[in-house]
Order: sequence, then structure tokens, then C-alpha cells
Amino acid sequence: GGASADETNLPSIDGVTLQTRAEAPEGHPLTEIISGFEFRTKETQALELDDFNNPGFLMVELGEEAWSTVEGTAGKSCESCHGDASESMRGVRAAMPKWNEAAGRPFTLENQINACRTEQMGADAWKWESDAMLGMTAYIGLQSRGMPVKVDMESGEMRTWWEKGKELYYTRFGQLDMACANCHESNYGNYIRADLLSQGQSNGFPTYRLKWQKMGSLHRRFKGCMDNIRAKAFKRGSDEFVALEAYLAWRGQGLSVETPAVRN
Amino acid sequence: MNAILRSSIAGYALLLGAATASAEGLVAYEIVDGAIPASLTGKPGDPEAGRAALVNRKLGNCLACHTATDLGDEPFHGEVGPSLDGVADRWDEASLRMLVVNAKMIYEGTVMPAFHREAGLNRVMDSFAGKPILTAQQVEDVVAYLKTLKE
Ligand code: HEC
Ligand code: HEC
Ligand code: HEC
Repeated sequence: GGASADETNLPSIDGVTLQTRAEAPEGHPLTEIISGFEFRTKETQALELDDFNNPGFLMVELGEEAWSTVEGTAGKSCESCHGDASESMRGVRAAMPKWNEAAGRPFTLENQINACRTEQMGADAWKWESDAMLGMTAYIGLQSRGMPVKVDMESGEMRTWWEKGKELYYTRFGQLDMACANCHESNYGNYIRADLLSQGQSNGFPTYRLKWQKMGSLHRRFKGCMDNIRAKAFKRGSDEFVALEAYLAWRGQGLSVETPAVRN
Repeated sequence: MNAILRSSIAGYALLLGAATASAEGLVAYEIVDGAIPASLTGKPGDPEAGRAALVNRKLGNCLACHTATDLGDEPFHGEVGPSLDGVADRWDEASLRMLVVNAKMIYEGTVMPAFHREAGLNRVMDSFAGKPILTAQQVEDVVAYLKTLKE
């Protein structure tokens, strides 16, 4: 089994405690909500707990630089409108995805960043898995580190998206005919070949994955899981993956944001 | 292509679909009392080849979920399914064949993939579309190997 956390001895980074276990609310399919952190080795955990050694910080730095870089026809940077990210962006990642009334759909952090780039800055949208996007999502995510994931499923049509995400979570896909739930709900804590299965929580994303030797988005991880069961994956940013993201955020409520987490 | 065609000629292996017989094609079989009594190829399997197919990550990859003492030399045994030790004492050949072909016929809703089935699947990756995970011969080989797992 995985490393188990003593309730009184939760991990922390620079004095910020990470709630890696949370009590599941009533009506939640799990009995206890557990971060992917708890399923990783001591060595991997140690990388996440030390910002100097956490390889994800290269991307964070890239994002920090981009934050104050003027781009686009409006001659603005993110900072022009949002000022100090440590204040304006605090709590943002914890509440994503979030209903966007103007767009009539949920916005992931990537959606919001690209909306600001195209509509506010007159700049090009960033590709989902580009270094620029990974850097910015990591930098903004870091501003919520330690804060509990708390998504609002009552505004707009979030419920409909939640339902869609839930349906996908329990749908079997691919030649191996497996659903997310087969691995992450029914079998977390079990090894599947060399991999210790976690609950597949999203609180650490974007995540530096040792196997990738790179930071990756949540949707990249979804694609990886679908590839493994020999399923035709949905596209990054697709309605399906956004719905899954919304549903997963709900499943992981109460866990601390760990961006940039380290996983293997 | 139809799901599992019940062959009217019991125990006779038929290649379905393409007019040209394909080594990767799905073979028809008959279910009798919840099991498949006849070899999918009409021939007995080879337990040595079955052991290899069972271990191979691109074929059975059964160790993803199972362990077996006889396979102790192989690294990384999974914990999702039960140990395969003594499986031949618990199941006869016909049931073992059913379990490998489509375990859902025995364990409803099981996580274990159906290794010789292609219908009723959802969004199969193009490179695997229309193909079962294990060929008829590989199923027979795996079944032959499972038959050696007695306690
Ligand atoms: C065949 C098993 C399997 C299936 C099916 C599967 N996954 Fe995974 N998933 C894994 C493994 C193995 C890992 C890496 C170890 C871990 O964190 O569980 C993983 C990791 C993840 C992670 C990263 C967790 C973290 O803390 O970094 C997420 C998120 C995830 N999966 C979501 C999903 C979703 C959504 C689906 C369905 C579309 C899915 N998985 C289907 C096996 C699976
Ligand atoms: C010209 C002004 C302007 C610029 C430049 C701008 N934004 Fe925004 N941003 C906004 C406005 C206005 C909102 C509120 C949108 C809304 O509520 O629908 C917003 C909202 C956001 C949010 C959501 C905050 C929340 O509480 O949910 C994020 C994240 C964000 N912007 C990131 C960025 C990033 C990253 C950049 C630069 C790449 C950027 N913005 C550039 C005006 C701007
Ligand atoms: C993704 C997981 C998974 C994979 C891969 C898998 N199995 Fe299974 N298998 C199971 C589970 C789980 C069970 C127990 C049935 C249940 O409760 O769902 C099982 C049951 C069995 C049984 C019956 C065991 C008993 O004692 O009753 C046999 C035999 C078996 N599997 C053989 C195989 C073979 C051979 C392969 C590969 C060709 C394989 N399995 C691949 C998960 C798996």
C-alpha cells in the first residue's frame, strides 16, 4: 500500500500545510478523499515538498516572467489588469473550473487565460500543452497552494457539466473496456503492474511527472489514462475533458491545491 | 460486425468478418452452461507460449492485475485481481476459456477485460479497432498454461 499520513503530521511546504486527506461529504462516492501525494514514494514526495528541488518550478518561473510581459495589440500584460498575482490570483485555481456567463460554459484555468489573451490583450491564444500555458497555469496555481479545492456547481449550468463528467467517469472505454472508476474508485491503493493506483485526483495540476520528465496538464494525464486502456482519447480542451475536470474537482473537494505537484 | 456468433456447428471454429482469414480475427464459439467447452482453434494450446503471452505487456499483461507463484521470476505483479495459484483446481478448462474470452460472462461487471471480443466496445483506439486483445490461438495457449496452475 501507499505511504499513509498521520493526521497530526500532514506535509507542509514553507509552513503551508497540505491537506492530503479530507473527509468525504455525504453523497460522495468515496469514504475518504486522498491526494495522489499519499500514493507516491518518500523520494517523490520530498521533491514536491522542497521548492528548490521541485523541477516544476522551472515552469513556474516561466509563468512569473510572462505575467508581466506585454503582449498583443492592446499593449498590456496580465499584470496591467491583475496587479500582484499573489493577491489577485490567490484562490483562483482552487475554484476552477468555474462557470463563465459570457461564454455560456465552464472555464478551466486554460480557458480563462486564453480568453484574457484574445479578448483583453489582443494576443494569440496559447496552445493547451505549450510551455507558456503550462508555465502560467503553474504560476497561477501556486498562488492557491494549500487552499482547499472548492468548486461551485450551482452557478449557471455547472450541474449539467457535472452530470456529463460523472457519466464519462463511469463509462468504459477502449479495447480494455475500463472506466476511470475501475482504477481510481474501486482499486486505489492497489498496484496495477508497477503502478500504485491513486484516486486520480486533480489537485496537483499542472503536475511535474517524472515519467514525462516534464510538466503536464490534467488533460494530458486524462489522455495518458485513455491511451493505456487503448481508447481513442478526447482532445485536450474538449467538452468531454472539461466536464471530467469539473467532476474531478468536485470529487477532490477539501484537498489542498498542490500545484506544482510532483508525481511519478 | 456481430457480437459473438453462436456457431451452429458446435465446437467448430469459424473466422468471422473479413472474407480472408486473419490471424487477428475474432473466432466464433459456443457457450454451453456458461462456459466454452471447445477449443477456439480446434487444437490444444501450448502452455509455454501461454505463459509468455500471459506475461507479455502487449498481449495478456495479466500480471497487471494478477499474481502467481509460478511467475515469481517476473517483476511487478498487480493486486487488482486474485492470485492465479490453484486456478485449475477451481475452474475446469471450459470455464477458464470463458474467463479469458470474456470474464464478464462469469463475473458480471468485472474490471477484467474480455480478451477475445470486439463488439460492444467504446472508442477503441484506431490501431486496435476490430481486433481482439488475444488471438484464438493465444487464448488457447493461455488456457493451457492456466490448466497447469494446480495446488
Ligand atoms: C487502467 C487503469 C486506469 C484507468 C482506467 C484510468 N487511470 Fe488514471 N491513472 C492510472 C495510473 C496507473 C495513474 C498513475 C498513478 C496514480 O496516480 O494513480 C493514473 C493517474 C491519474 C491521475 C493523476 C493523479 C495525480 O495525483 O497526479 C488522474 C487525474 C487520473 N489518472 C484520472 C483518470 C481519469 C479521469 C480516467 C478516465 C478517463 C482515468 N484516470 C482512467 C490508471 C488508470
Ligand atoms: C485588459 C485587462 C486584462 C488583461 C490584460 C488580462 N486580464 Fe485576466 N481578467 C480580466 C477581467 C476583466 C477578468 C474578469 C473576467 C470575468 O469575471 O468574467 C479577468 C479574469 C481573469 C482570471 C479569473 C480570475 C477569477 O477570479 O476567476 C484569470 C485566472 C485571469 N484573468 C488571468 C489572466 C492572465 C494570465 C493574463 C495574462 C496572460 C490576463 N488575465 C490578462 C482582465 C484582464
Ligand atoms: C484489469 C484487471 C485484470 C486483468 C488485466 C486480468 N484480470 Fe483476471 N481477474 C481480475 C479480477 C478483478 C478478477 C476477479 C473477478 C472479479 O471479482 O471481478 C479476475 C479473475 C480471474 C480468474 C478467476 C480467478 C479465480 O480464482 O476465480 C482468472 C482465471 C483470471 N482472472 C485470469 C486472467 C488472465 C489469464 C488474464 C490475462 C490474459 C487476466 N486474468 C487479466 C482482473 C484482471
